[in-house]
Amino acid sequence: MRDEATFRVKAGLAEMLKGGVIMDVVDAEQARIAEAAGACAVMALERVPSDIRRDGGVARMSDPEMIRGIQEAVTIPVMAKARIGHFAEAQVLEALEVDYIDESEVLTPADEANHIDKWPYKVPFVCGATNLGEALRRISEGAAMIRSKGEAGTGDIVEAVRHLRTINGEIKRLSTLDDAELATAAKEHRAPFELVQAVAREGRLPVVLFCAGGIATPADASLVMQLGAEGVFVGSGIFKSEDPERRGAAIVEATTHYADPERVLSASDGLGQAMDSLEASKLAEGEVLSARGW
Amino acid sequence: MSGGPVGPGVRAGVLALQGDFEAHATVLASVGAEPSEVRVPADLLGIDALVVPGGESTTMMLGVEREGLAGPMRDFHASGRPIFGTCAGMIILDREHLGLLDVVTRRNAFGRQVHSFESDVDMGLEGGPLRAVFIRAPWVEEAGPGVEVLAEVDGHPVAVREGSITAIAFHPELEGDDRLHRDFVEEAARAKAGASGR
Repeated sequence: MRDEATFRVKAGLAEMLKGGVIMDVVDAEQARIAEAAGACAVMALERVPSDIRRDGGVARMSDPEMIRGIQEAVTIPVMAKARIGHFAEAQVLEALEVDYIDESEVLTPADEANHIDKWPYKVPFVCGATNLGEALRRISEGAAMIRSKGEAGTGDIVEAVRHLRTINGEIKRLSTLDDAELATAAKEHRAPFELVQAVAREGRLPVVLFCAGGIATPADASLVMQLGAEGVFVGSGIFKSEDPERRGAAIVEATTHYADPERVLSASDGLGQAMDSLEASKLAEGEVLSARGW
Repeated sequence: MSGGPVGPGVRAGVLALQGDFEAHATVLASVGAEPSEVRVPADLLGIDALVVPGGESTTMMLGVEREGLAGPMRDFHASGRPIFGTCAGMIILDREHLGLLDVVTRRNAFGRQVHSFESDVDMGLEGGPLRAVFIRAPWVEEAGPGVEVLAEVDGHPVAVREGSITAIAFHPELEGDDRLHRDFVEEAARAKAGASGR
């Protein structure tokens, strides 16, 4: 009669987040500011991606005490990150009852061959992807939400645009293929045939697709929403800017009214300095986070 | 569950500030209504019914305030046109938010996401119980005398009706069961016929 944590329930929470902004926060105070600015969820982590880049070293799951403090501070969903393949971190986050686990390339990968088997968990997972095949491999492992990776901690939108355009372009192409061609496409994408077929039929991923990695302004949010994102993650872009309250609310407003340039204009006015940025194309090979995972 | 279209000519707005408004619009279109997205007060003009969807109630309520939608939504309700709230929609219609529905809701009443669930809910509909999806769902903690309880889970009301408002704690828009949307659009068609006949 009563079934907890069915895939419909797990993917359903992502449906509720649509059209919204998920903000990275490092403490309860930031979480309250994010909630008041209109965030539809917060991502609890010890260091935002731009600080992880600056500090170097191994980036791990956050201290549960910090996550608990954030859970107590807000009523919106609280997400947290586990390292790629680190299923024990995911187990800890599930025991903590976070609302979503992000198996994230922003943290240092724990397994170079295997992502987490996400099916057994009651907590849903979101995973990053740079192309359709990667998205479908994560879904076949149990991910209930996908975010395009972009390049976290840079404030440079170019990689987010590349990944979104790639995913949606590949989806469009699938819809023109017959079954024999789809079988070949499944091999090329290294993805299960049934998922490839479903994407071709529906013209979309079977789960919600958000955009992450590089969003720093209201216009960035409008851009990626117009390119087909169903919502946005903002990492360093808010709390590394001059006026997080205003910028947070402005990005929320621009995400809702993404198709109305007048509203994106008024949201963009007088926000002060954006975060310090890095040009993604100038990053050294080892610094490219979106290359983590496969 | 499906049948023929029930609401030709019924223009059904869906509050589209945040949440699963597209899922509602898809079901509304499939039962024959003409869905539209409501983000600003002007979008309420010319619609016959309003869906307040699931999403994050805090985010949606901040959006209602930012857009100045509270007054226009109250006027919309006062005009007698039907409103259908699901999950976050039920919360923001309650006494402590928009004050259109005489109930107090308890947010995340069943717990965090790990406790979200599916369950059969019997609302006395033709065709039997609904398979209802509850996602960080609220329940009704307190209901005024004019509120009819349509269904309960664990002894708490999860579906209520008062006047032209129906509010539920779960998500028929994700369930592949269009009976509640069908009833809603039929009600809107009747309200519209009644209003034009006056």
